[in-house]
Amino acid sequence: MKRLANWRLLLMFAVMSLLTGCGENYLSALKPAGEVAQMQYDLMKLSTAIMVGVIAVVTIIFIIVVFRFRRKSNDEMPKQVEGSHTLEIIWTVIPILLLLVLAVPTVAATFKLADVSPMEKKNKDGKTDALVVNVRSNLYWWEFEYPDEKIVTSQDLVVPTDEKVYFNLKASDVKHSFWIPAAGGKMDTNTDNINKFWLKFDSKSAEKAENVFYGKCAELCGPSHALMDFKVKTVSREEFDKWVKDMQEVKKPAKPETAKAQAGQEVFNKSCIGCHAVTPANSTPEKARVGPNLSNFGERERVAGILEHNKENVEKWIKDPESYKPGNKMTGKYNLSDEEIDAVSEYLMGLKVQE
Amino acid sequence: MHAEEKFTHETWPASPERATLEAKNKFLGFWLFLGGETVLFASLFATYLALKDKVPNAEQALAKDLFELPLVFIMTMLLLTSSLTSVYAMYHMKNFHFKKMQLWLGITVLLGLAFLGFEIYEFNHYVHEFHHTFSSSAFGSAFYTLVGFHGAHVALGLLWITTLMVRNARRGLSLYNAPKFYVASLYWHFIDVVWVFIFTVVYLMGMVG
Amino acid sequence: MSTYAQKKGFGATIWDYLTTVDHKKIAILYLIAGGIFFILGGLEAVFIRIQLAVPDNNFVTAGQYNEILTMHGTTMIFLAAMPLLFAFMNAIMPLQIGARDVAFPFLNSLGFWLFFFGGLFLNLSWFLDGAPDAGWTSYASLSLDSAGHGIDFYALGLQISGAGTLIGGINFLVTIINMRAPGMTYMRMPLFTWSTFVASALILFAFPPLTIGLFFLIFDRMFGSNFFDPTMGGNTILWEHLFWIFGHPEVYILILPAFGIFSEIFATFSRKRLFGYSSMVFATVLIGFLGFMVWAHHMFTTGMGPVANAIFAVATMAIAVPTGIKIFNWLFTMWGGSIKFTTPMLWAVAFIPSFVAGGVTGIMLATAAADYQYHDSYFVVAHFHYVIVGGVVFALLAGTHFYWPKMFGTMLNEFLGKITFWLFLIGFHLTFFIQHFLGLMGMPRRIFTFLKGQGLETGNMISTVGAIFMSIAVIVLLINIVITSVKNEKVGNDPWEDGRTLEWALPSPPPFYNFKQLPLVRGLDAYWIEKMEGKQGMTPAEPLGDIHMPNNSIIPVIMSIGLFIAAFGAMYHNEHSWGIPVLIGGMLITLLSMFFRSVKDDHGFHIHKEDLLEDEDKGGKA
Repeated sequence: MKRLANWRLLLMFAVMSLLTGCGENYLSALKPAGEVAQMQYDLMKLSTAIMVGVIAVVTIIFIIVVFRFRRKSNDEMPKQVEGSHTLEIIWTVIPILLLLVLAVPTVAATFKLADVSPMEKKNKDGKTDALVVNVRSNLYWWEFEYPDEKIVTSQDLVVPTDEKVYFNLKASDVKHSFWIPAAGGKMDTNTDNINKFWLKFDSKSAEKAENVFYGKCAELCGPSHALMDFKVKTVSREEFDKWVKDMQEVKKPAKPETAKAQAGQEVFNKSCIGCHAVTPANSTPEKARVGPNLSNFGERERVAGILEHNKENVEKWIKDPESYKPGNKMTGKYNLSDEEIDAVSEYLMGLKVQE
Repeated sequence: MHAEEKFTHETWPASPERATLEAKNKFLGFWLFLGGETVLFASLFATYLALKDKVPNAEQALAKDLFELPLVFIMTMLLLTSSLTSVYAMYHMKNFHFKKMQLWLGITVLLGLAFLGFEIYEFNHYVHEFHHTFSSSAFGSAFYTLVGFHGAHVALGLLWITTLMVRNARRGLSLYNAPKFYVASLYWHFIDVVWVFIFTVVYLMGMVG
Repeated sequence: MSTYAQKKGFGATIWDYLTTVDHKKIAILYLIAGGIFFILGGLEAVFIRIQLAVPDNNFVTAGQYNEILTMHGTTMIFLAAMPLLFAFMNAIMPLQIGARDVAFPFLNSLGFWLFFFGGLFLNLSWFLDGAPDAGWTSYASLSLDSAGHGIDFYALGLQISGAGTLIGGINFLVTIINMRAPGMTYMRMPLFTWSTFVASALILFAFPPLTIGLFFLIFDRMFGSNFFDPTMGGNTILWEHLFWIFGHPEVYILILPAFGIFSEIFATFSRKRLFGYSSMVFATVLIGFLGFMVWAHHMFTTGMGPVANAIFAVATMAIAVPTGIKIFNWLFTMWGGSIKFTTPMLWAVAFIPSFVAGGVTGIMLATAAADYQYHDSYFVVAHFHYVIVGGVVFALLAGTHFYWPKMFGTMLNEFLGKITFWLFLIGFHLTFFIQHFLGLMGMPRRIFTFLKGQGLETGNMISTVGAIFMSIAVIVLLINIVITSVKNEKVGNDPWEDGRTLEWALPSPPPFYNFKQLPLVRGLDAYWIEKMEGKQGMTPAEPLGDIHMPNNSIIPVIMSIGLFIAAFGAMYHNEHSWGIPVLIGGMLITLLSMFFRSVKDDHGFHIHKEDLLEDEDKGGKA
């Protein structure tokens, strides 16, 4: 029996170390960065421990069987056994008990993760005390609307650390799924209804991830499903409030600083503004917000969610979006010369709301 | 007992639909098939309930605007009666009265045809009076699929029974065709049972609101 | 009967197979067609792994990748795994219960040809307008959004082949209920027959929801209905429910017969009666039953709310209990046995740890709250490949080696078989074990590429290397088949020498009427009992008499072609004026064939006693 216990421990440690050692701080579900991910990680560890125990038992019997009962001569005739009630009861009852151990915390966690009651509670201003973000997924980009703050941004979700952030999720074209692995599990964005859930970002873990987490689309949605990434910028509550204030103060598009950017603005207003807004107010109706809001484009983490954020990539993207995100809705909607693209890119890179 | 054997009133077995292995297989296989059909209709009913009255705008007709009791009541009566007449037919089949069986089957077919006629009238009425079509809303799609699927079953059942009657008109009963008549009547009963559910779930519940 | 066929001309052989209603020949048809689709699906898998070997790869385009991944899943489930299982069910189950054929030989043939033409239709999409690209699950919003005819091919092709499967399921059920030999009570049926029985029942009740879902998809895409269009009142979640009410039982339709095959192999090569036979039967039935209660665990992130999620989580966990019972019963079948490591036994033995690994990740996935992390990530990909490859494909490969002599009268080479086994086993674990971690490290499934610098490079490379091992293993198997078929060394009734069940009492391959006289079954492992008493074969349960056999028929092929033609009409009717006439024409071909079948008497024929006696030296004794 001693040997058995050792085996178990050894295997368990082996698997545990595998479980903890993996992945990047900004992406991995194995590096939980908040309450939700932590709860899920704890469940993973519990279930893994139980399962490793089961595997150990099976493996031991398996190894004994395979080595001890090989056929030595062709005349061997083993005893024909019908079965054993005792054994059968044992391997029925023990799994049931193990499953109960797992089922109870599972059910508890499921209900806890689904508790979005603070979203419903309105204070006297008709707003919620908790931060609420409306997430709208589109063929291959994400929009984040802060309804109480009346601002809209896209591709980079900005959230305060160490508090629960609540999400309303929906899709505007086909079904997608909203997933920030390091912060917690995913929730689908449906075309039929609004799903709600919450996440929490821990400031210490955020620091380790350099305050940017990776977000993914987790439901096949078309050719560029793999490229439908977004980023989550985590900031302290004060910084967040400041960011909101800065955003709210932008009533008119930011002034271009160079002559080229000036020219770029003109091109933009002619060719791009039909889909892309450059003011963050959420006053335009959802249906009119056809493309990502670009108000703070100059401060974003990536171009189109995937390319390194520099002017050169902006030009490449505008020139031939199809080769970077096949099937996107921007390709072919405009016709710009290289010069114009150069100017627009300069203009876009200058769109900033914070100093 | 062989399928080709000739029978008289006295030698005809008590359960001709299960007298040979082929017949037993057909009998059981058909029951299982009806089990599958039940799930098929269950899926359609579930869909109908999920999409009932789901229309894109307020101008479209809802269940309570569409249905009228007298018409569907007549249809229900026609189909219920046809189920009864097919029971008579099977009673005569078991007693080796071929002519009487044919007669009752004929009545069953006529009742089924009348039902189908009313259904076509009904659909026509909804399309022209209410612009309630297959494509007008999810409700329309679900309604026509469920009720239409049943209607298609009725049509197929009529074709089937008629084919059997014509094919065997001059040959009389044998252990080869008795199970065929029997499963056709089983099918007819199944269609009838489904209709009872449609009558309740679609029409009665629809009129209540 | 392949010995007779070889003596005929090539054309006559083809005609023979087109018209055959013999379950053993239909089994061979299923094996060949399923095998071809398996290789196709395997090629698609290799393409997937090549594309994902390195980040930012452009071996295929994003659009092509989605087509390949969709066709890989769809082909493997519907056109490879199920037909290959049907091959063994057809070849072996009637022999195991002591029947001369299945209950509906004509429908058996129809089932095969529907599957075949459905699969052909689906795969023609590669050459016409592109393959389906919304995943094998084909979720409604994406499948309605998808341009071209890919999804139409998916919906129509699966509808046709699904009808074939349903017919097959009913046929097997009736066969097992009505056609067991004297003495073959339910609790004496071999476990493979039991699992065929339960899987067939699952087919009967699980396929209709898929049929309905596919009809809705066809109607929405081609005939203007609005089932899945939210702007018209439709609901896309409806598709998810219908699909998974089918989809979850579907995986048990695959795994239960696999369990059956392994149960036979464990008992045979341990020379020991299956441990806990009754609890194995009970567990099989229970798994089948619970299989219908858990579909929504595929939808934990859809937003059904905590109550539904919790219920389905606990229900799903419950399935672990009967599955665990099976695992331990297999282990204890070997315990105290006399194990001979033949190729089939190697697969069976390797199945246990592989499948347990897949099973425990299943339990992890059932913990709803944690599933929010696993769902639609590579963790799920790893899980279902562990159960489907580690369970079903292992069983198919084991079954191929195990039953090959019974189906073709010659053995596959054991040495090459073992090479296949080791290569495949190593490749399998290399490919899929690492994918658990890729998923947890943040890799969503169904992505055509991944960007550099997310820590996913090494894992994906390892996975691709594994896939190469598996491919080589399959090539070795094909070489094995070719070599042994050319040599064609004939074997006797019981080539493994440890056969326990009725099929091993018959010549390999059996005569076309299977049993000259129906055998008397005196217990579980009927043939083993007789062998242990020193008898050469089974005791007959009836005097020698005429045997009634069904006639061959070409109608199944014509009926299937009718639907095949009609599907083209339905698909193109919106852009071509010939669409509707072709649709109606195709349906008419099918309906008229049905009509013809219905009005033309077909009493079959009798093999006379005298001919059977002449046949004596061919070894029809039983």
